[in-house]
Amino acid sequence: MRKKSLRKHASALREKLAHVVFAIAACICILAVALICVFLFIYGIPAIAEIGVFKFLFTTTWRPSSDEFGILAMIVGSLYVTAGALIIGVPLGLLCALYLSRFASRRLAKIILPGVELLAGIPSVVYGFFGLVLLVPLVRQVFYVQGMSILTASIILGIMILPTIVTVSKAALDAVPNHYYEGALALGANHERCVFSVVLPAAISGVMASIILGVGRAIGETMAVVMIVGNQVWLPDSILSGVRTLTGNIVLEMGYAADLHRGALIATAVVLFVFILLINLLFGILKRRAKL
Amino acid sequence: MTKPAEVVGQTPLSYIEASLRKRKNRSRINGLIQRALVYLGAFFSVAVLVFIVAYILIMGVPNISLDLFAFEYNSVNVSLMPALINTLLMTALSLVIAVPLGICSAIYLIEYTGRGNKLVGVIRITAETLTGIPSIVYGLFGLLFFVTALGWRFSLLAGGFTLAIMILPIIMRTTEEALKAVPDTYREGSFGLGSGRLRTVFRILLPSAMPGILAGIILGIGRIVGESAALIYTAGTVAEIPSSVMDSTRTLSVHMYVLASEGLHIEKTYATAVVLLLIVLLINTLSALIARRLTRGKKNA
Repeated sequence: MRKKSLRKHASALREKLAHVVFAIAACICILAVALICVFLFIYGIPAIAEIGVFKFLFTTTWRPSSDEFGILAMIVGSLYVTAGALIIGVPLGLLCALYLSRFASRRLAKIILPGVELLAGIPSVVYGFFGLVLLVPLVRQVFYVQGMSILTASIILGIMILPTIVTVSKAALDAVPNHYYEGALALGANHERCVFSVVLPAAISGVMASIILGVGRAIGETMAVVMIVGNQVWLPDSILSGVRTLTGNIVLEMGYAADLHRGALIATAVVLFVFILLINLLFGILKRRAKL
Repeated sequence: MTKPAEVVGQTPLSYIEASLRKRKNRSRINGLIQRALVYLGAFFSVAVLVFIVAYILIMGVPNISLDLFAFEYNSVNVSLMPALINTLLMTALSLVIAVPLGICSAIYLIEYTGRGNKLVGVIRITAETLTGIPSIVYGLFGLLFFVTALGWRFSLLAGGFTLAIMILPIIMRTTEEALKAVPDTYREGSFGLGSGRLRTVFRILLPSAMPGILAGIILGIGRIVGESAALIYTAGTVAEIPSSVMDSTRTLSVHMYVLASEGLHIEKTYATAVVLLLIVLLINTLSALIARRLTRGKKNA
């Protein structure tokens, strides 16, 4: 009798212990995010305060040797490159998603979609290298410029976000109830019209979510961009001139930075981090609305 | 559209017929244009992606040679062997940290908490946040926390921990999905036979969810192998096989980056790109195959 109750006690204890262990493991995520925030902010915020918020965010002079740290050029660079990536990646990706969801035969879609998903995993250095050996010389020859430019980076980033946009948009298009399409057909519209005027508008939240996700990837991409964008700190005057992005600024100078310079680089990461948090927030809202 | 002048001299019916035909023609032309656009867009997307892979393969495969796999790296022969071995070590280390944590968190989220638990909401949000953080921010955090604050310097260990945090959400999410896919009858059956929650989890649920978890782990490996931005300032760029976890190492991706930016050994860089590309594609294919087999099995059941 006593032995049995003892065993019961032991097992109850074990259950409780396991519960606690699992709960602690689950909280590691929270801990990680908290640590990342704390470490970025305790190094970054004092640096921003020392430089001055306005000077840091809204001036374009980045001269670490004379303690001048303005990242406006980098912010503009990141935005330009991301916008370029969207101009290239979104139409292509959306059309590809439409094709896979509503035009392709099921057999063909079953081959293409996993292939596209697979290509999402190509390492960014490989994309960057491809841009460096093929696209940069091409741009140099066609436009007689230095070659490393917003244009090159935009093309490569546009290709890099293609798989994201295709897969998420396709999921959104697939989620549109079939009777929307059938209803449009019954009203006499042809297949293309049904897809473009009924199905696509119904899936618009999901499509927007895919674009936002693409923005997040493009703005956070580092290695591929650093290799092909030129990295000059200035406000670009055309898409054929080089720029430096926020991510590039960090990776290029972190290796030898010290003191305020180091702080300014971490503050650059803080700005990037805030951008990404906003994008995540927007993505979460859209995703909930699209019920993906 | 309606021009009364044209109506004169025509019977109303034939006019309507003509305008209907015109409209039908127009919508057919519109349809054709839209269809052409979609086909073109799809073709270009696939073609571009295929082209990149083909280009790297065509330029790189002829350059693959045996001395690329020599155990010693030096400035004459930029062998990728040390980097390859480092990649394996780095992968193993990150998985040892991230897999148990990820699986345990997923078990907690799915099996131990009800709906509407506040803690679960917070965990989900933070996991989603972790997924979205760019790898350079992870790298910077690793530099500030593991390398500097904990004093690990550029080391295998610092890189491994940084990557572990990065792939934690991937492992968590896939394990959650896999656990969700286990039918409730399994749980009921196990409880009905008198086993406790812990026993149910380890004897019944985890074995049935294993393929899904495995697919997630392999996906994580793909991410680790392809990562470079998070490693440059945590594991460093020394191209030697490390003698301990506190040594600086360079994984294959970082090796590739260094070669490409030095620009001295362009043929060898192509060859390295091929090796890296093939490894990542192979790993991701494996993951996709396991995941697909899993869903097919579910449909049959």
